[in-house]
Amino acid sequence: CHAAIIKMDLKKKKKKKLYWAHIWMHGTPSICQLRLILYILHVCSVISRFTPEILRKGIHGDTMTENGCEYRERVLTMDTMNPNVKRVEYAVRGPIVQRAVQIERELKMGIKKPFTEVIRANIGDCHAMGQKPITFFRQVLALCSYPDLLEDGKFPEDAKSRARRILQACGGGSLGAYSTSQGIEMIRQDIARYIERRDGGITCDPDNIYLSTGASDAIVTMLKLLVSGEGMSRTGVMISIPQYPLYSATLAELGAVQISYYLDEDNCWSLDISELRRALQEAKKHCSPRALCIINPGNPTGQVQSRQCIEGVIRFAAAEKLFLMADEVYQDNVYADGCKFHSFKKVLFEMGLEYSEKVELASFHSTSKCYMGECGFRGGYMEVVNLDPEVKVQLTKLVSVRLCPPVPGQALLDVVVNPPQPDEPSYDTFIKERTDTLATLAEKANMTQEILNQVPGIKCNPVQGAMYTFPRIHLPPKAILEAKEKEQTPDMFYCMKLLEETGICLVPGSGFGQRDGTYHFRMTILPPKEKLKIVLAKIKEFHQHFMAQYS
Amino acid sequence: MTNRNMSALNESIKIARWILREKTLTLDTLNPQVKAVEYAVRGPIVIKAGEIERYLEEGGTKPFSEVIKANIGDAHAMGQKPITFLRQVVALCTFPELMDSPSFPEDAKRRARRILQGCGGHSLGSYSASPGVECIRKDIAAYIEQRDEGVPSDWENVYLTTGASDGIMTILRLLVSGKDSSRTGVMIPIPQYPLYSAAISEMDAVQVNYYLDEDNCWALDINELHRSYQAAKQHCQPRVICIINPGNPTGQVQSKKCIEEVLHFAYEENLFVMSDEVYQDNVYAPDCQFHSFKKVLYEMGPEYFNSVELVSFHSTSKGYTGECGFRGGYMEVINMDPEVKAQMVKLLSVRLCPPLAGQAAMDVIVNPPQPEEHTFKQFHQEKSSVLGALAEKAKLTEKILNAVPGIKCNPVQGAMYAFPRIFIPPKAVEEAKALGMQPDMLYCLRLLEETGICVVPGSGFGQKDGTYHFRMTILPSIEKLKVLLGKVRDFHIGFLKEYSGLE
Repeated sequence: CHAAIIKMDLKKKKKKKLYWAHIWMHGTPSICQLRLILYILHVCSVISRFTPEILRKGIHGDTMTENGCEYRERVLTMDTMNPNVKRVEYAVRGPIVQRAVQIERELKMGIKKPFTEVIRANIGDCHAMGQKPITFFRQVLALCSYPDLLEDGKFPEDAKSRARRILQACGGGSLGAYSTSQGIEMIRQDIARYIERRDGGITCDPDNIYLSTGASDAIVTMLKLLVSGEGMSRTGVMISIPQYPLYSATLAELGAVQISYYLDEDNCWSLDISELRRALQEAKKHCSPRALCIINPGNPTGQVQSRQCIEGVIRFAAAEKLFLMADEVYQDNVYADGCKFHSFKKVLFEMGLEYSEKVELASFHSTSKCYMGECGFRGGYMEVVNLDPEVKVQLTKLVSVRLCPPVPGQALLDVVVNPPQPDEPSYDTFIKERTDTLATLAEKANMTQEILNQVPGIKCNPVQGAMYTFPRIHLPPKAILEAKEKEQTPDMFYCMKLLEETGICLVPGSGFGQRDGTYHFRMTILPPKEKLKIVLAKIKEFHQHFMAQYS
Repeated sequence: MTNRNMSALNESIKIARWILREKTLTLDTLNPQVKAVEYAVRGPIVIKAGEIERYLEEGGTKPFSEVIKANIGDAHAMGQKPITFLRQVVALCTFPELMDSPSFPEDAKRRARRILQGCGGHSLGSYSASPGVECIRKDIAAYIEQRDEGVPSDWENVYLTTGASDGIMTILRLLVSGKDSSRTGVMIPIPQYPLYSAAISEMDAVQVNYYLDEDNCWALDINELHRSYQAAKQHCQPRVICIINPGNPTGQVQSKKCIEEVLHFAYEENLFVMSDEVYQDNVYAPDCQFHSFKKVLYEMGPEYFNSVELVSFHSTSKGYTGECGFRGGYMEVINMDPEVKAQMVKLLSVRLCPPLAGQAAMDVIVNPPQPEEHTFKQFHQEKSSVLGALAEKAKLTEKILNAVPGIKCNPVQGAMYAFPRIFIPPKAVEEAKALGMQPDMLYCLRLLEETGICVVPGSGFGQKDGTYHFRMTILPSIEKLKVLLGKVRDFHIGFLKEYSGLE
């Protein structure tokens, strides 16, 4: 009987309920059972008697409910929560980042560590890493936010004229008014012109542009539209492995089927059409594949797709009737010689009517990356091509529920697509700032690859574009074993250790997906050059030490 | 042609069409929940209004010269001026070179510096932590404590959002689960703000309606909650109750007693409480006062305060600031299971973070100029002038509408809308039915076509069967509002005449 009491888990009321049910179903309770029940009732009454005092002393409600004998069961618990939410994983801001925040707090509290600061190389957050905003953009935004500044002689005329133009397109001439849900019409027109220039004149209809709250928002919206069916007919979405975990997280939440196609690490992470075919054939056995997502330039893998490869993807999508989603947020971030960004839209239209009138495509862009790095403004847009007009109506309706994307982000996007022209006063400064930022990034991409490849046990593909390196790391069997004992993936174990010992915060490759038995991490190339050198040296040292320790 | 030939021809046309036009994403293959979503505030009538606007711009003629969008609570679009101090702080944060400018007051600079210190790389352009910038969360918690006269608020329970809508969606996403009779039911008022019904459709949850009492100033009746809950239990599992206070579109302000009853009900029936309090500063009726759900819960004693799960929402879009475009907002979460909270943070992190400019605007709202500060006088003056004008317009709207035969309007105690009941003659009802539309949609479309005034039919918010309403904002300037109400009156009288066969 005593053992029974010990065994009885008092933590969950639910279990107590089960116990009652058990007694009820198995006839008259024995004395032992009655004693147990009396014991439970006693504990409950003791706790509830003291609760008000506990409360007055300001102890969290949690402590009481943790103890088990709460007044009422919570409505929202892990058991009752939306099960799809549980399945969501997002490593870029996962446990390792939470630990990094804790360590930062510990450092502030004066706790001694083998380092003085946490370096967050986990996320492509340019400004946080010291990149300076483009002056012209911020001038226009400040003018829009506080139009009294239009009288200020210190602001250049071209910034003022842009701010005036944007404000004229806003309700009541204010950034504080809602815009139409699709985004301010004038800005959509500017974006369309920008896309036309980028794509060598291929026409772009402003009605096909939807502004969004960062690219993430638009990607989630498109996926939401695409997901339907049950069982075998449930929508499958093809995503690259490694991938940016927004995709896997969204698919998990929407209850769609993730179809993984693997990028070829031995071939600079390039996309292989036969691998697409393999993944699709396999998936057809258990779901209905309907969309293909491409990230170009690649995140986390940094590859830039060749034109030929894009053509192959489009042909494949056309043949298999797949909706194409092209994540092109890093379109200005191309560093490697011989690489060039080709937009899916341009390639599609150059392949002829057979394709350009048929393949459904949504491409995404954002203010967060490229040379702007304005993540905090949550600006972005998508262009839809060949979307069924009825579906477009539904899309417009769906985005209207969220009213509109943030207007400062829309304004920023307008300046990005409509930057100073050669005859304008801000042109020189703008070009200089943009060139400097991109040149520094190119230099850092090169440097990162070079230094990492010198470390035995680390192999790094060239960072052709985007903002990350995704090197493969060799982990000794002993380390893998220890990780398993800790119920961590081996690369999580590695990254945690790196964080604890050096303060460098990276994301384990398992958060992006990788071939079984291979291990990676993602790190941004964004820290300033001097800092980046130190980071890379620290990683090198850590890795060598790690290898020595576990070999 | 024989029948067989005909059907063969039809068949081949079908196939040809399929080959030519078959898309991956069509209305048939679209996510069915998306199809079910309805959002009247930006629905067909607003699309029509946009078309008319464009037509006028292109030189077309109508019996009016401009479209007045009284369909949405968009204060600045209606000419309300932004609060200077708020915009100064946002401008300073956006372009920190302005810190050297003598034309900005010190207190604005101090706030901007503080916000920037909380941002990565001291820039609004960096991502914040997914729950929001830490110092802003702390300011919000301090503000809530002050508002609720000392009821403790833990800053770690505060999450910034992309407008209140985003917070509401996030919480609902957590709550929806189960199948068939165990599917989550969400209790919402009728009339309601259609974000709720839209979100419920999208998530395929069960909408559980409780009707507000129109004859009693749209008050919430606890017996109606019981009725609705019991009825819903037959086919779903009601797990959440949503309250909008002050009410949208109905403008009522809940009494403390009523809130106590709701909380007691939620406690008894084990319901998660979502209280939408975005209009907390918009209370106009002299005998009304805003009571936060949190404070009332606290005052009901620890038994309640420590167990009822409550989330309350606020936003930069309403109040006296009306900064809709910044998409700022926050929610405070009380008694949420710590494990669920971790899940929520994970969910928020997928979207990275709410817009920083909106977070900065939120910070100014919760941390406004203090009496000893330089800008206090101007700030206070701007604030009271906005709120004073709103109170006046609330009164004016009610008065003028109630003078029209066939329109009955409850007092606009708070928020930003009037939701008058309109009498629609049977003949008009029939005509609407023949056109396949709701009678109040016919009414509002006619109003738009004839006067350029864009209001939202009551059917978009929900109403008792056989009653008809529309929602209009009270936001246009007083002069414009008078003209607008005059036009509504003339239109209504004309409409009644036309359909009562009195001509």
